[in-house]
Amino acid sequence: MSWKIWSLKKSPWVFHVNTGACNNCDIEIVNLLTPKFDVERFGIKLVGSPRHADALLVTGVVTRQAAPRLQEVYRQTSKPCVVFAIGACACDKGIFHNGYHVVGPVDKIIKEIDPNAIIAYVPGCPPKPEAMISGVVKALSTL
Amino acid sequence: MKKIVKKPVIAVGPFHPLQEEMEFFQLTVDGEIVTDIDMRLSYNHRGIEKISESLQFDQVPFLISRICGICSASHPLAYVQAAEEIADIKPPERALYVRTIINELERIHSHILWVGLAGHFIGYDTVFMWAWKYREPVLDLLEEITGNRNNYGNVKIGGCREDIPNEIKPRILKELDEIEKKMDMLTKAVLDDPVLHARLKGVGILSKADAIKYAVVGPTARGSGVDIDVRRDDPYAVYSDLDWNVITQPEGDVFAKAVVRLLETFESIKMVRQALKKLPDGPVTIEVKEIPPGEAVGHVEAPRGETFHYVRSDGGNRPVRHKVRAPSYVNVPSFKASCIGEKIADVTITLAAVDPCYSCTERVAAVDSRSNVIHDYENLLRLSREKTEKIKEGKK
Ligand code: SF4
Repeated sequence: MSWKIWSLKKSPWVFHVNTGACNNCDIEIVNLLTPKFDVERFGIKLVGSPRHADALLVTGVVTRQAAPRLQEVYRQTSKPCVVFAIGACACDKGIFHNGYHVVGPVDKIIKEIDPNAIIAYVPGCPPKPEAMISGVVKALSTL
Repeated sequence: MKKIVKKPVIAVGPFHPLQEEMEFFQLTVDGEIVTDIDMRLSYNHRGIEKISESLQFDQVPFLISRICGICSASHPLAYVQAAEEIADIKPPERALYVRTIINELERIHSHILWVGLAGHFIGYDTVFMWAWKYREPVLDLLEEITGNRNNYGNVKIGGCREDIPNEIKPRILKELDEIEKKMDMLTKAVLDDPVLHARLKGVGILSKADAIKYAVVGPTARGSGVDIDVRRDDPYAVYSDLDWNVITQPEGDVFAKAVVRLLETFESIKMVRQALKKLPDGPVTIEVKEIPPGEAVGHVEAPRGETFHYVRSDGGNRPVRHKVRAPSYVNVPSFKASCIGEKIADVTITLAAVDPCYSCTERVAAVDSRSNVIHDYENLLRLSREKTEKIKEGKK
């Protein structure tokens, strides 16, 4: 295992990208930081810039406006970067699947620029914070 | 040659650590002082009104509770009230009480959430952690009643999907006492804190005149001394049977908005308690056969202000038009009045003070990206008329 993967698994820094979510998945992600769940004790830290991030937590359907910006954010991250598609919207567009302004889902948009991207899916609307923690742990243990 | 001096512009967004949602602000600054502000929205536009027209009347509440995750009880309620008005349905009494309880619980968690975020924005993370910790029991209650922490999907045309079982009533009441005690502590701590006083008082003032001019709603208006509240002015559900007060503060600064929100949580706790005590027996839903042709509006006081839904039916099983006007839609432009003249450091909290919700707001976008013209109403009207003229000429 390279030291990079080792450090990623030890303490993943995540950046949160909203690409047209209903706010709910985002609130649940912020919830992870607060006393009840407190993921910082596992070394998971929410950072303010994609350049510092090991993983992206992507929520939302990816609207037409957001797609190029999501790709730009992905380009800025250091690789390997795990992309987490959080919520039904990000996994397969969910209830908004026939919206005219929706171009997602997330994996399609990311794979357009990096076919080998590592993508993990956490379904639910919104997924429970426990589900998100479990998703992160499972995805990292496969690296 | 005349030299053009460009004013420095600070770009904020679309992805930035301040708020979870995408939005883009351009702040024109003169030294430390903000002289102009420009907003670009619509990153979050999902075309909900259009999707809604492709769903059946009964499916729509699930879609529109996902307009915004935090107001996921208010939007469906407004829609359902409109549909019920078209069909002239009176839902059972118990359903109205259940709706009120869920809406007030939602207001409690939304206001606590805002207090936490406001603390976070000014770099006071203690408040953030406290507030969000005390919010968890409310979410647990909602989960127990509706089955989900957010996006409850509980209202439907003709009543409610889930009832509040009588057995859990004592537990809810006990939990409410706990929440009230903790909120009491939090409120006292926040309102007495000298740091917060220094940081929030006199910042981002939205005067009463401006509040009326920009037609702001909800706590933003009540924090500026405008005494409006749909729950009292046009009561729906069972608000007219409950005993509660509308909280207003005259100052219009960020602190006033915080006070309004904090005190409103106590009113909400009071309302939930009364509603639980009065909860009548009976069914929570009646059968609805069809929605006849017609149109109606429903409005509800969401945590951020009045949300407004217009529904038109042609007698089929889908709405032919569904229009949504969320509270942030009118609250967001008031930044023009409240941010200009402020220091850059104070802009973040001023922007946050109206608790903007972009996923609610982004219904229509008319932006020409090349020339950066944002079409306003007049402009759109002119374009529309020109097009009609052209078509007329072409046909001749
Ligand atoms: S998955 Fe559900 S909760 Fe999450 S953004 Fe989509 S609609 Fe909202």
